[in-house]
Amino acid sequence: MAFLTFDGVGVTALAAAVPHTVIENLKYTRYFPEDQVREVVEKIGIYERRFADEKTCSSDLCFAAAEKLIADNNIDRSEIDLLIFISQTADYRMPATSVLLQDRLGLPNSTIAFDINLGCSAFIYGLTVAFSMMKNTGLRKALILDGETRSKVYSPKDRRSAFLFGDGGVAALVERDEKFGTSYFSLNSDGSRGDLIKINGGGYRMPSSAETIKEKVVDEYGNIRSDEQGYMNGGDVFNFVIREIPKDIQKLIAFSGQDIQTMDYCVFHQANNFINSYLAKKLKLDTTKIPSTIAKYGNTSSVSVPLTIVDQLKNKMDGDKKLFLSAFGVGMTWANAIVPFVDCKISDVAEV
Amino acid sequence: METTKFIESFAEALEIEDASKISVETEFRKLDEWDSLGYLNIIAMLDEKYGIQIENVQFKQLITIEDLIRYIDDATK
Repeated sequence: MAFLTFDGVGVTALAAAVPHTVIENLKYTRYFPEDQVREVVEKIGIYERRFADEKTCSSDLCFAAAEKLIADNNIDRSEIDLLIFISQTADYRMPATSVLLQDRLGLPNSTIAFDINLGCSAFIYGLTVAFSMMKNTGLRKALILDGETRSKVYSPKDRRSAFLFGDGGVAALVERDEKFGTSYFSLNSDGSRGDLIKINGGGYRMPSSAETIKEKVVDEYGNIRSDEQGYMNGGDVFNFVIREIPKDIQKLIAFSGQDIQTMDYCVFHQANNFINSYLAKKLKLDTTKIPSTIAKYGNTSSVSVPLTIVDQLKNKMDGDKKLFLSAFGVGMTWANAIVPFVDCKISDVAEV
Repeated sequence: METTKFIESFAEALEIEDASKISVETEFRKLDEWDSLGYLNIIAMLDEKYGIQIENVQFKQLITIEDLIRYIDDATK
């Protein structure tokens, strides 16, 4: 049972940045006919996404979010003792992007900086890492930067993933404060399902070669991608999600002794609207308490939970708010959390 | 479990108007309406109506409508 609890530490401020380029999914018809596109788009409920241009990386989106966070909250950069960068679309294979961001953001050399490479559940994983380290009174402020440019990962010629993913970056400030009550987390992993969502090529198991960058027809539906592009078995993922996620949510609820109906908001990973409305129905949740950005940003992987908070809950986070956070994805990994927020300062979403 | 009722639910999930074109022998993956979106609907239907969540590996071994019915019967015994 990988449960974690924390007292007196929480997220005090949040900011986000998205690319300015809006992709209208219904008009994303270069490779597929309009009626097919409409069918998929209506099913998944993703109408718009943001795509970063060639030169813009996850780190650039995070940099913009972090600069806004620092400016809006008058944060003294010299007090940031910890910087965690969460992404699976890093700048380089080495060095770690967090270290480059330490310099770009003008943080001191005494800042602890490292990356976390995980998928959709990673923001919740990252919170536990930051909360754990912040229990150490030697650290003053922690910055979690979570960014993804998933638009660059998937083939536009593979209909199973072509309409789902978008780009974004967030910055979260983590501080110790007695005002925060207890937070509860459940983190999980199942590597036996590593092949449900995967990029086979370009790592050290299957290094980049002329072969890995070649586009191939991969199934009987004529979907096309290379080994260096991601694939997802959506049906199998959904099957996994409806089996495991409600179970883990119930476990965390039982462990924490809380009632999910008393949460102010439940923020789910924005995978697609089909999965999210199914989960809400299955868990009998009040849909007015489930903010959603799936229609306007699509699936931004680990960024989706914090991006949804920034985009949908600005001006709704005054005072004590209890949030239920839930996310699942590539790995597979899945994470659920009950996190108290107190007067969390939320910036407007910036465009890059 | 009642076969006709299951076939109706199955047809409804795949948005097949004429359920009579499905029988117990039908290999459901060969239906025109079967695709990755249809697969999602079937998984949701099995969970909603029968409280069943099938392991992906096991689901792949089910070929015909009859296989599905037998699986549900065994699982709900």
